[in-house]
Amino acid sequence: MNVTVIIINLIAVIGLLIAFVKDRNKAIQSIKMAGKSFIKMIPMVLVIVVFIGLLLGFVPPSQLSKFIGEQSGIGGVLFVGVVGAVMHIPALISFPLAASLLEHGASVSAVAAFITTLTMIGISTLPLEIKELGKKVTLLRNGMSFVIAIMIALIMGAIL
Amino acid sequence: MFIAIILLFVFPDRKESVVSISWDFFIEVMYILPAVMVMLGLFGVWVPKHLIVKYLGKTSGIKGIIFAIFLGTLPTGPLYIAFPIAAALIKKGAKISNIVIFISTWACIKLPQEIVEFQFLGFSFMLLRLTLTIIFVIIMGLLIEKIIIWDDRRTSKPETV
Repeated sequence: MNVTVIIINLIAVIGLLIAFVKDRNKAIQSIKMAGKSFIKMIPMVLVIVVFIGLLLGFVPPSQLSKFIGEQSGIGGVLFVGVVGAVMHIPALISFPLAASLLEHGASVSAVAAFITTLTMIGISTLPLEIKELGKKVTLLRNGMSFVIAIMIALIMGAIL
Repeated sequence: MFIAIILLFVFPDRKESVVSISWDFFIEVMYILPAVMVMLGLFGVWVPKHLIVKYLGKTSGIKGIIFAIFLGTLPTGPLYIAFPIAAALIKKGAKISNIVIFISTWACIKLPQEIVEFQFLGFSFMLLRLTLTIIFVIIMGLLIEKIIIWDDRRTSKPETV
C-alpha cells in the first residue's frame, strides 16, 4: 500500500459521500454502475493475473528482453504495437501488466506502444465505429493512431 | 486457464513463484480497481451525454480542440459509448477534427486511468505519454479533417479527377 492507493480510495469515498448528499438516487445508480463494470472486469483481471504469473514465472528476463527489450529494436516495438491493437484488455489492467513487463526486461518503447495502441485502436469495435462514423474516418483514425502510437513509443524510449 | 494448470502440473517447482507473482499482482490491482470503478460510475451518472453533444456541437477553433480534449478525458464510460455521441455530433455539424480528437482522447485518456498509470509506471512515464498523446492526437485530428475535406471536394467534382 502506498500514498497513491490511499489518495485514490479517499477521492472515491469523498466523491461518493458528496454524491449521496446531493442526490441519493443518482448516487445509488453510480454505485450500481461501478459494481456492474467491476464484475464485468473481474474475469479479465483473473486471466491477466494468471498470464503474468506464468509469463514471469517461466520466461526468464533475458528471453523476454530479447523479444520486446532494448535489443529487439523497432521490430519489437512494432510487434507489441500490433498485439496491443488486436487485443481487447481494459486499459486499467494494462498499466500493471505493462509495469511488470517493464520490470522484467521489456523496453520503455515497447511498453508505451502497447498501452497506446491498446487504448487508441479497437479492432473489436471497428464495425461499430464504421457504422457510426463512416468507413473513411474510422480507417483513417485507426491507421494513423497506429503510426502515432509507434512515434510516441520511440520518442518515449529516446527520452526515458 | 487450462494451459496454466497443465504447465504447473508439468513443472511443479515453478508453482511457488508463479502463484506468488500472480497473487501480488492481484492484490495490487484490487487496491485501486474498486475506487476507480466508483469514480467512473459517479462521472457516468453525473455527466449526461446530451451535455457533451450540446457543448461540443457548436464550439470550434482552439476552443473547440480544448473542449474536445476536456470532454474526452471525463471518465464517462467505454469507447463504444463515445461512437453514438460522435455520430450525434456529426449530425449537429461539429468539425471532423474535433470529433476525431474527442474520440481519441476518450479512448486513451481518462482521469482515473492516469492515476493508475502514475501508480504503476511512474510520474515521468505518465506525463510524457500524456503530453505526446495530446500533441499527436491534435495533429491527427486536423490532418484527418484536411484529408476528408480534400476527398469530398475531389469526389464532388469528378471532371477534375
